[in-house]
Amino acid sequence: MSTPRFLGIADVGSRLDEAGYLSDESIATVVHLADRLDKPLLVEGPAGVGKTELAKAISRALAQPLIRLQCYEGVDETKTLYEWNYRKQLLRIQAGSGDGWDQLGDDIFSEEFLLERPVLKAIRSREPVVLLIDEIDKLDFEAEALLLEVLSDWQITIPEMGTVVATVKPFVVLTSNNERELSEALKRRCLYLHLGYPDAQREATIIRNSVPELAEHLAEQLVRVVQSLRELDLKKAPSIAETIDWARTVVHLAAEELNETVIAQTLPVLLKYESDLDKAAAHLKIGRSHR
Amino acid sequence: MLQRVLDLGHALRTAGVPVAISETMDAVAALEHIPITERATFKSALAASLIKSASHRPTFDTLFELYFGSSGAAADDHATGTREEFIEELVEALQAGDRAGLAELSRRAVTRFGRLDSARSKDWFSHYEVVRALELNTLAARMDQPAGEGPASSLAARLAQDEFERQLRWFRQETLTETRRRVAQQRGPEAVASYAVGPLPEDLNFLSATADMAELRKAVRPLARKLATRISMKRKRSARGQLDIRKTVRHSLSSGGVPLDPHFRNRAPHRPEVFILCDISSSVARFSRFALMLTHALSAQFSKVRSFAFIDTLDEVTRYFATEDFAAAIKEMNAEAKVVGGDGHSDYGASLGSFLAGYGADVGPKTTLLILGDARTNYRADNALALKELAQRSHRCYWLNPEAQHDWDTGDSVASRYAAHVDAMVEVRNLRQLESFIADKL
Repeated sequence: MSTPRFLGIADVGSRLDEAGYLSDESIATVVHLADRLDKPLLVEGPAGVGKTELAKAISRALAQPLIRLQCYEGVDETKTLYEWNYRKQLLRIQAGSGDGWDQLGDDIFSEEFLLERPVLKAIRSREPVVLLIDEIDKLDFEAEALLLEVLSDWQITIPEMGTVVATVKPFVVLTSNNERELSEALKRRCLYLHLGYPDAQREATIIRNSVPELAEHLAEQLVRVVQSLRELDLKKAPSIAETIDWARTVVHLAAEELNETVIAQTLPVLLKYESDLDKAAAHLKIGRSHR
Repeated sequence: MLQRVLDLGHALRTAGVPVAISETMDAVAALEHIPITERATFKSALAASLIKSASHRPTFDTLFELYFGSSGAAADDHATGTREEFIEELVEALQAGDRAGLAELSRRAVTRFGRLDSARSKDWFSHYEVVRALELNTLAARMDQPAGEGPASSLAARLAQDEFERQLRWFRQETLTETRRRVAQQRGPEAVASYAVGPLPEDLNFLSATADMAELRKAVRPLARKLATRISMKRKRSARGQLDIRKTVRHSLSSGGVPLDPHFRNRAPHRPEVFILCDISSSVARFSRFALMLTHALSAQFSKVRSFAFIDTLDEVTRYFATEDFAAAIKEMNAEAKVVGGDGHSDYGASLGSFLAGYGADVGPKTTLLILGDARTNYRADNALALKELAQRSHRCYWLNPEAQHDWDTGDSVASRYAAHVDAMVEVRNLRQLESFIADKL
């Protein structure tokens, strides 16, 4: 087992706090366990609750560089793991047309011609790093399987070269919006953390940290409205990120109090669909401001 | 302790949650690194290693309380106060949002009101008794309205009420958990687990009466999104066509004949259209509610979804689903769509025929056809040829059948006659099956 990165659960909490991420008991526990058990951490939850932010905060707290792999449809091993620099290989073949076949073969499949992609880079790094594989649910089912070897054995097998084993195991964070069910094989290899919407108290603190200009009673009122809206059946429930945007808007308006008029004016910051706005206005019994 | 963790893993498996052996081992390994006396930490650690999906979490929570719950030293509360006073105290705590106080109250409530008084089942607790004694169902009416008048206070009142209801829901859940803990202490956790844990959301049967429609709706929307990405992903994966040799060679001239950049032919983008045909007769009423939910959710995902409903004749219902509000869409559809021409029993033959006649020309090689129904014709002509024609014209044609496969072809079901013509007819009785259909077939 490699040396632990954090000292304990309390240490995780306080260091994340210093890095500007307000964690709670369950976040701190799971991060601590991922550290001690050397397991990747799979973070799932609705958009905008701070999944990616958690990985960034871990990287800041550990003072280790963050290597990020942004997943999207159609990403394959040449974008995740490695790729042979075939242009350079072709040039090498052209340049050394006098060399023997064997030598050429050994040569063009050496490290010089290997292009590192994020995962290989994280594995080969001599310094400890944090590897963030963002939105893994966007990855095709087939491409997901490529990551299994890395996630359980911390190694990548390159057929032409051999196996690259991590000298220093990276701290791996995977995030998912649950657009598609991830494979059992992947889930089995990870520790699972579900990030939901925070409770009122924690959300108020988060907002106060991000928007310090906001008066305390306003933060409380904002959160009460947001928490009430999340109970509705909305197309897109307001996330923490949107609540923070809303708080900023309210600060800009220099509102003394969060009354009907202010809410009606600023609600579009929080809700992005016309139908959601109507529903919210009806629920809160406020008029819609018509532009 | 170790045995209890293994037992919990076993109970989860019994409830249908997939827990691998390696995950149980992780859970045990995790215990070395945490202070196991801290309940919340202990619970988070077990959840992180055993549960890998948010929809399994409620099951885990229930079972965890049974196996590791410590009911707080059953505070004896026989003497003090009347029932009325207790309720007042509860309303106060609910309004204050005092979770610690509420937890304490829930324990006292179960001790005082939850006991079933019968000679046979001494020390048996019932959650129903607590709900009845404390009038939890009507408690929301008893909260104090915040002072003040005018529009500002109507907003405040609304917020206060939402908050009150949230606390009340929490308290209800807490008393339920407490009741189960008490019983588990008496009879052992296995006895309670067998009845306390309902089916997972993905295992709910569409046709059964217990299926909670609200739960189902919540689960359907992400599934529709998955279905949509699945259909469009297929199209994107093959977006890059064959190697374009001419173009590659021409571009290689600038690098001395070395083909540095291979060029590929572009393919004409395939824009899928989805046509959904949905049986809304009363024999599959519950399923069709689900089917309509799926239709509604899908039309939000695709630009070209057309939906059709039928009983004994068929009508296009696409326009009703253009609104966001599902309930309103259904109401409007029921009022206006012409789906009944005769006696109101489903007639697949006539419906397929009228679809082919009325909209068949719109079905082309880009169309994916989804038919949702039980294929029970009420002994009328099945008109399988119309389906054959449609399946041939369309890109893909799938039939989702809410009946168990062993019931197919019994009675008036002509499932296999239809199945012969479509790409696949699949049994879709619950979300899990729908999901595997999306994953395997599409």
